[in-house]
Amino acid sequence: MNPFDYLPQLLNGVIMTIGLMIGALLLGIMLALLLTLGLVSKKKIFHRPANALVFFVRGTPLLVQIFLIYYGSGQFEWLQNSPLWVVLKEPFFCAVIALAINTGAYTSVLLKGAIDAIPEGEILACQALGMSTGLMMRRIMLPRAFRIMLSSYSNEVVIVLKGTSLASTITLLDLMGVTDQIIANTYATMEFLLVAGVIYLILNGLIMLGFRYLESKGQRY
Amino acid sequence: MMVLEYFPQIILGVWETIKVAFFSLTLGLFFGLSGALGEASKITWLRYVCIGLTSIIRGIPELLVIFLVYFGGSIALAVLFGHYVNVSPFLAGVVALSLLFGAYAAQVFRGAFAVIPTGQAEAGRALGLTRWQIFRLIELPQAWRYALPGIGNLWLILLKDTSLVSLIGLSELMNKSQLAASTTHQPFTFYSIAAIIYLLLTSVSQLMLKYLARRATLYLSKQD
Repeated sequence: MNPFDYLPQLLNGVIMTIGLMIGALLLGIMLALLLTLGLVSKKKIFHRPANALVFFVRGTPLLVQIFLIYYGSGQFEWLQNSPLWVVLKEPFFCAVIALAINTGAYTSVLLKGAIDAIPEGEILACQALGMSTGLMMRRIMLPRAFRIMLSSYSNEVVIVLKGTSLASTITLLDLMGVTDQIIANTYATMEFLLVAGVIYLILNGLIMLGFRYLESKGQRY
Repeated sequence: MMVLEYFPQIILGVWETIKVAFFSLTLGLFFGLSGALGEASKITWLRYVCIGLTSIIRGIPELLVIFLVYFGGSIALAVLFGHYVNVSPFLAGVVALSLLFGAYAAQVFRGAFAVIPTGQAEAGRALGLTRWQIFRLIELPQAWRYALPGIGNLWLILLKDTSLVSLIGLSELMNKSQLAASTTHQPFTFYSIAAIIYLLLTSVSQLMLKYLARRATLYLSKQD
């Protein structure tokens, strides 16, 4: 048995993992922006649903969230007959959606914390200049908040990476799924579990390096 | 109603979940304190081993840690005893979750110990207390106060991670829900029930943590 025979399979797994991660992060950031607007809003109609979603996501395991979306949507006839089914019957999209909602909720909390951390003087200055709330949000507050939460967000990205491993439970062949497959064929359990571990650590390290680079660029001033 | 029929099974599952969580908390706190001490140790190789272990455990997916402990444990015990030893999913789950908890808890404890003024340890030394006595009587009780929020957060994560032990066959809440969902073909119903139960567990925990936090900071003066 030559371990390098399995390299292409492992590579496919890594590509799937990265794909899940990027999909979840992109969708998640968009959701986070929406949720944060809801969380900071003073109107109950925006505030309440946002809080409720964050409460639900933070209080339940990711595994339950994934199962709810993937297996749960199969319970409803009307869902299966709707156009949404094209998306929801695919494990890849279900996993991305579940991961996105998860990271979106946690990121929105980070973002809200960062917005609260913006020195009040900067906001007052914007208002003194006559900026509308929308303009102030867009040009000053959000970029400032992103820079404040950068290091916490790096932890969140690592959490998403680790979360992709759960996609293997809904038949997706990410790195974890591929590893399970190889182990089932070769019975070389520890060897390939350790290989998977090393690969995850490498991916982890790359993410941290990337964020350190981003942070150094942000410190220019 | 079909859902009610599964009620007893689900309760069994919740009990199993709570058992796993509490055992893992206990062992995890031990690992965490050991890790914190190890990372601050003056013995170089011990320090490197501890830092290395905690970094690796924190860097790989939780599922992988559980698999490594479960399958690795069977293999390690088989080598030790010469024949195949069956490692129960409960034991493997508890050890794995404790390692995960401990790796993060070590960081929390390190931060908590760092806040305590070093003058107190020096005073202890002047009084003739051994290093261990200083740790146990002076540093540990105070560190608890600062470590509580972080440890509380890790407890909530631990509660949720017990769901992963279902994947190595432990019949806790998630497993029972899967069973019910597949037999009745009502996955949404039963996974929602599981979600609500997890929400209850985490909400009750958060209330307890708030109570503990209030009690811990009761005698905190302004400059602490």
